[in-house]
Amino acid sequence: MSGRKRTLEAISFELVMTVIAMIALLIIIAPSLVVLIVSFTSGFSLRFPPPGYSLRWYVELWNAWQLHFAAKNSLIVALWATGLSVTLGVAAALAISRSRTLSARLLDSLFMSPLVLPALAFGLAALMLFSLVGLPVSPLTLVIGHTVVCVPYVVRNTVAALAQLEPTLLESSAVLGASRLYTFRRIVLPLIRPGIIAGAFIAFMSSFDNVPVSLFLRDAATDMLPIRMWQDLEGKLDVTIAALSGVLIIATVALVAVMERVTGLSRRLTN
Amino acid sequence: MGAAPAARDVTSYGMGLAAPLALFFLIFFVAPLLQLFWLSLHNDTAGLHWGLGQYLHFLTDPFSLGVLGSTLLLGAEVTAVCLVLGFPIAWLYQRVGPKLQTVIILIVLLPLLTSVVVRTFAWIVILGRQGIINATLQSLGLIDTPLKLLYTQFGVVLALAQVQMPLMTLPLITALSRIDPNLDDASCSLGAGSWRTFFRIVLPLSLPGIIAGCTLTYAAAITAFITQSLIGGGQMLFMPMYLYQQASTLQNWPFAAAISIIFLLAVLAVVSIFTTLGRMSRGYGGA
Repeated sequence: MSGRKRTLEAISFELVMTVIAMIALLIIIAPSLVVLIVSFTSGFSLRFPPPGYSLRWYVELWNAWQLHFAAKNSLIVALWATGLSVTLGVAAALAISRSRTLSARLLDSLFMSPLVLPALAFGLAALMLFSLVGLPVSPLTLVIGHTVVCVPYVVRNTVAALAQLEPTLLESSAVLGASRLYTFRRIVLPLIRPGIIAGAFIAFMSSFDNVPVSLFLRDAATDMLPIRMWQDLEGKLDVTIAALSGVLIIATVALVAVMERVTGLSRRLTN
Repeated sequence: MGAAPAARDVTSYGMGLAAPLALFFLIFFVAPLLQLFWLSLHNDTAGLHWGLGQYLHFLTDPFSLGVLGSTLLLGAEVTAVCLVLGFPIAWLYQRVGPKLQTVIILIVLLPLLTSVVVRTFAWIVILGRQGIINATLQSLGLIDTPLKLLYTQFGVVLALAQVQMPLMTLPLITALSRIDPNLDDASCSLGAGSWRTFFRIVLPLSLPGIIAGCTLTYAAAITAFITQSLIGGGQMLFMPMYLYQQASTLQNWPFAAAISIIFLLAVLAVVSIFTTLGRMSRGYGGA
């Protein structure tokens, strides 16, 4: 009797948990699939399911020079911000990763704080400071602002990679007479490279997608892709945006697949 | 002079390597925030007269307090939905083989890396008058006129929950994978049912992960400017948009600065409450 009751009880538990998990996974994945399907519509509206299928909105996208211009700006700023984040972030990670001193822990909290503080407040603050010192908003101020909010990803992933590094490897290398620089180039760097690449990738994606900082730090001539899309969506519901979203979703899936191969991205983010 | 230099620790690098980033942060992160605080302590837009007028204005204005309250409430609702939906995903992750584990992680991860505007746009398509939900309900004959789903609290919470779900699920997966599976078996063999084992063993032991996930989700949900404004529409105002309107449209920088500081303090308060809870829970579930 009691054994049977327990099984029933166990089944009810597993059933409830599995069903909720399935619903949650569906909620996570469904929006992207819906956008992909709608982007191939032959109609003029975002009706789902579409009345018919065509590539017309992708053709439209090919001619949307405003979006191309914004995409180019976003790409350039993201590349610069990522480069700067990697240069500054990897050096800082090397310094703080193995240190247990108070200053190292304080610096770590400082470098991580842009992750939780509202980016919009930082964007406004940076704009105020730049206008106080007379530095006009430009692609340069954009790169600086983006670097502040992107560098935490590089620091965090590099610190995590360094934490897994076996200290005995460095000691053996030193005992065998290798200089610190040589050890860094031949031992440390190859071992932490996947971590750096993963951090750089996340930094790049978050810069490319940034709105709050860009809103305040761009000049009128520098249109950024996510802002352009946001403003288009506030006005009219343009199906071209669906095609652009389709392109971005497919590009993201492809990049994540590459990153999973190169860096084991999924393991990195759950450890 | 005579003393031999102490053997340098070859496994660590000098703190000097952190100097460039520290300097960069001082100039472009700390200084702007200090300047923001300085400006918020002025009563006039030119920043000439010192005073707490901006803060008094905010704290005595029912409208401003309402915006703050609804923002904090929104964060709590989104966090609760993410926890209820995200925990079973993490639980399922522990139950399946390595192949499916990778699939689950990638499903959870993809939205995190997909553009927020794109994800929000997807919810406009789903929740809209001609969207899937209304089309399905209408074709089933359950409703005659389309339901209003966009520009509602329900819509904002649902869309934000989906957008922030990875931030909750990833720490939960980490926390659950650290629990000794023997505890689960021991509890069950001692006669506690699955539900009881879950609530008495698994849930308390995963508290550090729950708290980490809640902190990230809450902070992200209340600052998620794009999703709030596109799904909420013009009638629902939350702190980020309020700040942006005051700064950008009205050019009222001292008041915008005060809003920013109040918002920053609210976020910091929530994060430190969660961090304190986290420290306590580590003592509790520290096995």
